[in-house]
Amino acid sequence: MPKLIKNGRLVDDSAEILVLDESQAPEALSLPAGPVFVPMAVWQAHKSAFSGRSDVGVWLDSHDNVEDLAPDLEDLSAVALNFPKFTDGRAYSAAALLRSRYGFKGEIRAIGDVLRDQFFFMQRCGFDAIQPKTGKYSDAQLEESLASLKDFSAPYQAAVDQPEPLFRRAQRAT
Amino acid sequence: MYRYDPYDQRIVDERVAQFRDQTRRYLAGELTDEEFRPLRLQNGLYIQRHAPMLRIAVPYGLLSSAQVRELARIARTYDKGYAHITTRQNVQFNWPELKVVPEILAGLATVQMHAIQTSGACIRNITSDPFAGVAADEYLDPRPWCEILRQWSTFHPEFAFLPRKFKIAVNGAAEDRAVIQCHDIGLELKRDAAGEIGFRVLVGGGMGRTPIIGEEINAFVPWQDIITYCEAILRVYNRYGRRDNLYKARIKILVKALGVAEFKRQVEEEWAFGKGGPNTLTEAELTRVAGHFTTPAYETLPSDDASYVSQRAANPAFAAWARRNVIAHQQPGYAVVVLSLKDPKRAPGDITDAQLELVAELADAYSFGEVRATHEQNLVLADVKQSDLFAVWEKARAAGLATPNFGLLTDLICCPGGDFCALANAKSIPIANAIQARFDDLDHLYDIGDIELNISGCMNSCGHHHVGHIGILGVDKNGEEWYQVSLGGSQGNQTSLGKVIGRSFAAAEMPDVISKIIDVYLGQRQPGERFIETVRRTGLDPFKLGVYGEAAVTERKQNA
Ligand code: SF4
Repeated sequence: MPKLIKNGRLVDDSAEILVLDESQAPEALSLPAGPVFVPMAVWQAHKSAFSGRSDVGVWLDSHDNVEDLAPDLEDLSAVALNFPKFTDGRAYSAAALLRSRYGFKGEIRAIGDVLRDQFFFMQRCGFDAIQPKTGKYSDAQLEESLASLKDFSAPYQAAVDQPEPLFRRAQRAT
Repeated sequence: MYRYDPYDQRIVDERVAQFRDQTRRYLAGELTDEEFRPLRLQNGLYIQRHAPMLRIAVPYGLLSSAQVRELARIARTYDKGYAHITTRQNVQFNWPELKVVPEILAGLATVQMHAIQTSGACIRNITSDPFAGVAADEYLDPRPWCEILRQWSTFHPEFAFLPRKFKIAVNGAAEDRAVIQCHDIGLELKRDAAGEIGFRVLVGGGMGRTPIIGEEINAFVPWQDIITYCEAILRVYNRYGRRDNLYKARIKILVKALGVAEFKRQVEEEWAFGKGGPNTLTEAELTRVAGHFTTPAYETLPSDDASYVSQRAANPAFAAWARRNVIAHQQPGYAVVVLSLKDPKRAPGDITDAQLELVAELADAYSFGEVRATHEQNLVLADVKQSDLFAVWEKARAAGLATPNFGLLTDLICCPGGDFCALANAKSIPIANAIQARFDDLDHLYDIGDIELNISGCMNSCGHHHVGHIGILGVDKNGEEWYQVSLGGSQGNQTSLGKVIGRSFAAAEMPDVISKIIDVYLGQRQPGERFIETVRRTGLDPFKLGVYGEAAVTERKQNA
């Protein structure tokens, strides 16, 4: 089963990430049973049908606006943010906005080109679930990669995981 | 200067460990080239023509003597015995091997240095006035603000993968020596009518392929809000800056596309959420950081030292150096000394390990143990007693660090260019050296007076050619190296971008071209007029005529 880093620990996870190909109209889609993340367009088209299903999350691509999802966040238990390439940093802002502006308490999952050397930043921006592509890392490497979550022990600036900057958290001597 | 506390030290130590592990995984094949690339870049490590190039951060250009000695050791141990001062006040090594870089970083960490965010699509080293804290025209010291912003931007989790690099500069003096109009964010310290400190904020300036002068986005942001304000700018940029085209990814393109008014609206809408939040600066933090930038223990001295006056009278060579390389200081009896790294026999900005050792020694003996790096690629001793200037000069001269050319034609800015840089279209160092060799007569140089000549080996403009009074840009024509010349650029309060004068030249023509330009100036200038002022007054035509001749100019006019 695919692995997921959830709150700093490795867990099994079977959620499907539903990707529409260009020929598929979101309205015409038959909805999968079982845990799934659907793209924004599918969510918009089937919102009412999903109501009551706690195993349905929405995934946003890096060019999607989190603002568009804001009205629905109350009905969602999980949002996934895609990194089309690990160098596309928009999802960091999206996660930070979901947490700090919209107060989203559910799962925020990093999907796509997710690499261990960015885990620390993801965690700081409010991702509590991190899912490298299946096959990217062996189980042993994944286990080892958890260390990256602890790369720095006392960062300078405020972020989601640490809402106060160092200068407010610590008594720093002159 | 700022000294690390245990928090700062731990962050840098943890960085060394992190990068050591990343390098190990890369060398073991666990990280691909593509995955390792941004990681090494955010540690200042480029893969260049000959070897990796390592860029080390010198936050806003300040160095302690211990740091200078460590740089000397690195130059000796891991490089070919020299270091290079960059146009962003940093230090570069051209020859380290990848596998020793973690070791170099560990050495740097012992003297509170690092290579964090000296490259890559992140917030880069904050730059400032090299004469901060001592310049006679300074009204507010920019250094505490630079340090506060350095800490905020170091490993900022949201802004580690921006569309493109992001540069911030801070100025607090009447004359802008930090080129704030050519930065992604330019901050000008000021006081409002009530005497409160804050910042005029410019955004979207930059050089590169599309040079643009920054525009004002806010006339006064109170100091408490400067982090939240910058954060709002960065968030809008991170979300909406273009990522589809490397050449259109800088914030200046976003600002131009939206218009500064709309960009400001978006920033301030975002700012409304962050303003007043935890990132609001506190008086305590400002006091803590500013406490590191206290004035040194100056002696009370007469404003003109008698021995300095008589030494100048007795020794013309010393007088010549003092006239160019010694600058007025806020403190009576003290002076600012520029140690020129523009010896025509070396690449501009290069300094050997032995010279670095000497600079450290001079700093300890005569300048409170501190050294500064300037974006014009020189070093500065900022607090020298006038009575010590002669001793400093003698020692610096013996080491080749007293070329009396500060601000003159041969004190040019020059990027590493095709000799080292993989991105270059053309070499820049040989052009610089050829021009320096042509203008080797000091009297002639003094007669020409203040002038800035800047050379870049490609459109990335690391040599700031757009803002050189004379700008030289390496271009590629069918695989050959050519040089395009522009005139009329300037940095400082009247920042302007140079205009290209016409067809480009082969390397061998360049000294003649510069001679012709200088001759036109000498023929055209009015009494007391500096080169740039003449160019502004006359326009480019006389210079085109001087360089290309009558025929070329009339022909162009007819075609126009
Ligand atoms: S201007 Fe071009 S050639 Fe020169 S250092 Fe920058 S990238 Fe390299």
